[in-house]
Amino acid sequence: MIAMVIKRIGNAAAVMVAVAFVAFMIFQFLGDPVQLMLNEQATQAERDALRVRLGLDQNFVLQFLTFITRAIQGDFGISYRNQQEVMSLIAERFPATLELVLVSTVIALCVGIPLGVYAAIRKGSPIARLLTMFSMIGVSIPSFVIGILLILVFAVQLNWLPAFGRGEVVTFGDWSTGLLTPTGRNALIMPAASLAMFQISFIMRLVTAEMLEVLRTDYIKFARARGLPNRLVHFRHALKNCLMPVVTMTGMMIGDLIAFALVTETVFQWPGMGQLFVQAVMFIDMPVMAAYLMIVSAIFVTINTFVDLIYLWIDPRLRQAGVARGYHAH
Amino acid sequence: MLIDDAGHAGRLTQWGQRLSAAWESDLAYSFRATPMAVASALILLIVALTAFLAPLIAVQDPYDLTQLFLDQAELPPVWNEEGMAPYVLGTDVQGRDVLSAILYGSRVSLLIGFASVIASMTIGIAVGLICGFAGGHVDNILMRIGDFVLSIPTLLVAILVSAVFRELLPVNLRDSFAPVILTASIAITSWVQYARIVRASAMVEARKEYVLAARILEVRTPRILLTHILPNVMTAVLVTATLNLGLAILAEATLSFLGVGMPVTQPSLGTLIRIGNQYFFSGSWWVVLFPAFQLGLIILAVNLLGDWLRDALNPKLQ
Repeated sequence: MIAMVIKRIGNAAAVMVAVAFVAFMIFQFLGDPVQLMLNEQATQAERDALRVRLGLDQNFVLQFLTFITRAIQGDFGISYRNQQEVMSLIAERFPATLELVLVSTVIALCVGIPLGVYAAIRKGSPIARLLTMFSMIGVSIPSFVIGILLILVFAVQLNWLPAFGRGEVVTFGDWSTGLLTPTGRNALIMPAASLAMFQISFIMRLVTAEMLEVLRTDYIKFARARGLPNRLVHFRHALKNCLMPVVTMTGMMIGDLIAFALVTETVFQWPGMGQLFVQAVMFIDMPVMAAYLMIVSAIFVTINTFVDLIYLWIDPRLRQAGVARGYHAH
Repeated sequence: MLIDDAGHAGRLTQWGQRLSAAWESDLAYSFRATPMAVASALILLIVALTAFLAPLIAVQDPYDLTQLFLDQAELPPVWNEEGMAPYVLGTDVQGRDVLSAILYGSRVSLLIGFASVIASMTIGIAVGLICGFAGGHVDNILMRIGDFVLSIPTLLVAILVSAVFRELLPVNLRDSFAPVILTASIAITSWVQYARIVRASAMVEARKEYVLAARILEVRTPRILLTHILPNVMTAVLVTATLNLGLAILAEATLSFLGVGMPVTQPSLGTLIRIGNQYFFSGSWWVVLFPAFQLGLIILAVNLLGDWLRDALNPKLQ
C-alpha cells in the first residue's frame, strides 16, 4: 500500500517536472528575452550584462534547475506585456475562475443527477427519450456557442442580465467574491450556466448508465420483493450506489474545467486567469503562458492523484493488481 | 470482344452481389432501422456536398476581396424588410455574404476535422503496433509520453502547440500554414486513445499461434503487423475515430474562436463565430447565429452517427 502511494506520488511529480520542462522549452524556443527587454540602441556590453543577470549565460541544465526552483517558490518572473509580477497577476484572477468553476459544478450536480435518475427509472418514456436527446445536444453544442446564444437572448434582447464582466465584488484580503452582491450574482448566472451545460449532460449520462446497471442487480430485485416503495428502492438503495463514480468523475472534471473555463471567460469577458492566458497567447507573453500552464497542470495532476489515492484506499483489489484506475477512466 | 463483354457483365454482377450483400448486412439493417442515424447521415451528406461544391453554389467567393461591396455591408437576412437578394442570410460588416462564408467555412472545418482524425489515427496505430509488438523499453517510453499528454488538459496543450508552431513560422507563412498547424495540434492531443486500443489488442494477438506460424514462414514483421494484427483492431479504431471526429471539429472551432486557429482571411466556422461575436451588440445577430447553428448541427450529426455506430458494432448489445 505505502509503496503504491509513493509510486503514484512519484508519477505525479514526474509529470510536473515534464510540464516544467515543456514550459521551459517554450522560453528557449520563442524569442530572446534580452531582445524583448532592452531597446534597440543597447550596446553589446549592456546585452551581456543583462544576459548574466537573467542567468542566460549558464548552461542548459543549470538554467532549467533555476527555473524549477523559482517556479516552486511561485516566482514566474515578470509579464512581458504589462511588466507586473506574473504570480500576483494570476493570484488576483484565480478567485474569479475558481468561483465560476465551483458554481457551475454545483449547478451541474443539482440538475444532472435528478435528470439522470429520471431518464433511468422511466427508461423508454417520451420524456426520458427527450432528456437523452437533450444530453446529446448538450455535449455537441460548443460552450462558446451556448454562451453567445445566452447573451443574445438574456442580455441583448431581454436585457435581464449583464453580458460581460463580474459585477461588484467583495474582497477579503487576497480573495474576492461576487457571490455577496446582487450584481455579482447576476453576472455569474450566464457564464456558470454555459460552462455547466456540458457537465450537466455528462453527469446525466453517467448517472443514467450507472442507475440502469444497478437496477438490474439482485439486491434491487430483493428490495422490490420485500415490497419497499419505489421511492425508497430508487433513491436509498440504487442512487446511493451510483454516487461514488459521479463524485469522483466530478472531482476529476474540476481540473479540466479550470482549463476549459478560458473559453467561457473569453465569451463573457470574465476577469479570470483563463482570459489572462488567452490574452498572453495573443501577445506571446511567455512568462504568463508558462505560469498558467504549470499552475493549471499542477491543479489537474493533484486532483487526479488524489482521486487515485482515494480509490486505492477504498478498493483493496486495486492494491493487489496494481492497476492504475486512470486506464479505465479515459 | 465477346469475352470482354462477358467479363464486364461478370464483374458487374459481382459488384451487384457485393452491393446487395452490403445492403443485407446487419450493419446496414441497423442503420435503416435507426431513423436518427439516417437523418444524421443525410444532414452530413448535405453539409459535405454543399461545402465542397461551395465554389459552384455560393453567390460570392468570400476570400476574394474584389467581390465584396461595402455599400452592401450589414444587410439582414432576406426575409427581413431591409434584406436584399441574393444575400439570403444577410452580410457582415465587410459585405461578405453570410451563407457563402458558411459554405466555405464548413469546408475548412470539415477538412481540418477529417485530417486531424486521420493524422491522430495514423500516429496512434503506429505507436500502438510498435508498443504492443516490441514491448520493453520502447513500449515503456512511448506509453509514458502518452500518459503525459493525457495528464495535462487537452485544450491547453492544443492552444500552446498551436501558438508555438505559429510563432516559429515566419510571419508571411503563418496564414497559409494555419490548417496544418491546427491539424497537428489536434492530432498531438488525441493519438493516445488509439495507441492504447491498438497496443492492447496487438499484445494479445502477438502471442497467438497464427502470428507464430507467420513468423516461422519468415513473414516480415511490418507485414505481420499490417495484414494480420491491424485488421483485428480496425473496428474499435474506426468507432473511436467517428466519436473523435465530433471532438476534432469542436477543437478546431474552439481554437479558431479563441483566435489561435484559422485566420480571418480564410475563416472556418469557429472564425466566423469569432468575427460575428464582435458585432452582435450592434444588432447584426445573423452574422454570428447562422455559423453557430451550422457548427452545432455538424457536431450533433457526427456524434449521433458515432453513437449509433458504437452501439451497432457492440456485440454485447446484439
